[in-house]
Amino acid sequence: MNAIGRFVETPLEESPLAIRGLSAGYGGLPAVLDADVTVAPAALTAIIGPNGAGKSTLLKAVLGLIPRQAGQVTFWGMPLVQARSRIAYVPQRASVDWGFPVTVMDVALQGLHREIGLLRPIRAHHRARAQQALERVGLAELAHRQIGALSGGQQQRVFLARALAQGADLFLLDEPLAGVDAATEDAILAVLRALRDEGRTVVAVHHDLSTVAAWFDRAVLLNRRVLAEGPVGLALTARTLQGAYGGRLPAEAGGLR
Amino acid sequence: MDAVFVQLSLPPLVIGVCAAVACALPGNFLLLRRQAMLGDAVAHVVLPGLVLAFVVTGSLAAPVMIGGALGAALLSVALIEAVRRLGRIEPGAAMGAVFTTLFAIGVVLLEVTGASGVHLDVEHALMGNLESLIWFDATGWASLLDPAALAGLPPQLGRMAAVLFMVILVLWLLRRPLAVATFDEGFARATGQRPGLVGMILVALSAAAAVTAFEAVGAIIVIAMFTAPPAAARLLTGRLWTQVRLSALIAAISAILGYVLAGHGPLWFGIPHAVSAAGMIAVVAGIILAGAAAFGPHRRRSGAFVTS
Repeated sequence: MNAIGRFVETPLEESPLAIRGLSAGYGGLPAVLDADVTVAPAALTAIIGPNGAGKSTLLKAVLGLIPRQAGQVTFWGMPLVQARSRIAYVPQRASVDWGFPVTVMDVALQGLHREIGLLRPIRAHHRARAQQALERVGLAELAHRQIGALSGGQQQRVFLARALAQGADLFLLDEPLAGVDAATEDAILAVLRALRDEGRTVVAVHHDLSTVAAWFDRAVLLNRRVLAEGPVGLALTARTLQGAYGGRLPAEAGGLR
Repeated sequence: MDAVFVQLSLPPLVIGVCAAVACALPGNFLLLRRQAMLGDAVAHVVLPGLVLAFVVTGSLAAPVMIGGALGAALLSVALIEAVRRLGRIEPGAAMGAVFTTLFAIGVVLLEVTGASGVHLDVEHALMGNLESLIWFDATGWASLLDPAALAGLPPQLGRMAAVLFMVILVLWLLRRPLAVATFDEGFARATGQRPGLVGMILVALSAAAAVTAFEAVGAIIVIAMFTAPPAAARLLTGRLWTQVRLSALIAAISAILGYVLAGHGPLWFGIPHAVSAAGMIAVVAGIILAGAAAFGPHRRRSGAFVTS
C-alpha cells in the first residue's frame, strides 16, 4: 500500500532525512509501518496525523531511540553515525523531570557537549555560545534560573536553545508547539523560520491541522503509514485527510481545501 | 585519653565517614533517576551472594564474602534492568520484584545447602559492628606515622577508603555524561552519548559501595546513606553539584554525630550503656532529612511550578 499523495522532488542523497520502508515500534505490532519519507532541504516540514498515529515513534526510530524493525534511514545519503553531529533533537517537553536541579544555562550547555568534551573545563566562549542560543529564544535574562522555576513555554524554549547551541543542519522536534503560550509560539516559529532561511532543515511533529498550512512549508501525513507527503497544499487534501483521520476529521481542517 | 581515642574511636569514625560518603555520593544520582531503592535491593541480594560464595569456596574470609556479595549485587542489577526493559515497568517495581526473589532464593539456599549451620549473624548484618573496628596496635596519635602500628589497622578501613576514592574518581570523570543521562536520556542517546552505559557504571559503582559498606558497617547505614543525605541536600539547593557536595557533608556529619551520640548520648539521660552506632547514625541522617523537609528552601512537588 503506497501513499495516496506523494510530491517529492529531492533525490535521496540530497535529502537531509530520507526514510525508506521504515517499520518501528516497541515490540509487537509496529506503531509505524513501511514509511517512506524524503524531507526537502531548507524547508519546514510538519509530521502530522491523529493521536497514536506514530508521529513521535517515527522521529525516535529515525534517531535510533527505539528499535527499527525494518527499513533504512539516511541523512544527506549517509547513515546516522556519520551524520550525528549535524542533527539536533528536541524531545517532548514532558519527557523529562523539570524538577532536575540544573539551571537554564546548564541545559543550553548540554548542546555543546561535543566541543566541551568529557573533562575539559567549560570556557567563556562555550558560555557565550549557549548565551547566544538563549538570546535567540528570548531567555537571555533567565540563564541562571533553575529550570523548574520556568513556565511550560519557557521550558520548551530552553530545549530549543540547547538544540540551537548544537549548531546543527537538521532539527528534529517532537511537538515543539504543543500547549505553549502565545509568546513562546511566536518565539519558536521565528527561530524555526530563521533556521530555514539560513538553509537549515526543520522537521517537527505537529498535532494541529488548523495551523499547519500557516506555519509549515511541507507536511508528512501519517497514520501508522505515510498517507501523503509534499507541500502542505498538495499533501493535505480532503481525500488524504479523510484517509488519515477517517470520520474523526476535525472541523477546522476544512480551511485546507 | 588520646591513646584510647585513637585505638577505639578513630577507626570506626573514619570508616563510618568513608562508608557514609561513599554511599551518599552515588545516591544523589540514584535519587534523581528514581532508583533510590537500589541500596535496599543490594542489601537484600547480598544474602544469596554470601551463601553461594561460602558453598562454592567453603570459606568465610572477607574477600570471598565481598566477592560473592558483589557478584550477586551486579547480577541483581542486570536482572533489574532486564525486568524493567522487557516488562516495561518502572524501576522501583523492577527492583522490588528482583530483590525479594533473590533474597528468597538466598533463604532457600541457606536451608538446602546446610550453610545455616554456619554462623551468619542477622544482627551483625543489620547493624554492622562499627564499634568493634578498633586499632589494637595504636598507642596514641604518633601511631599514625608508625608503619608497624598502621599495619594493624582494621582491613575495613583500607577497603572503605579505596572504594570512596573510586566513587569520587568515577563520578568526577563521568560528571557531564552522568548529568545529561540522568536529566534527559533521549537527548543523550540522540546525540550519540551512551546513557545506558553511564547508568550501568553508576549502578555498578553503587553496588560496590553498598557491598563494601555493608560488610564494614551493616545494612542500616547503607540504606540510610543512599537516600537520606541526597534527599536532604536536594531540599537545600537547586544546583546538582552543590547538592552532591552537600550530601557528602551531611553524610559525614551524620556519621560523626551518630557515632558520638551512640557512645555518649545515653549517659546524658542516665542510661549506663551505649546504643548501636549504626542505628544512631541512620537516626541522625533521618533527623537532618526531616529538618530539610520542614525548612529547606527547595521544598517542592516534582513538576510543580515555583518561583525562585
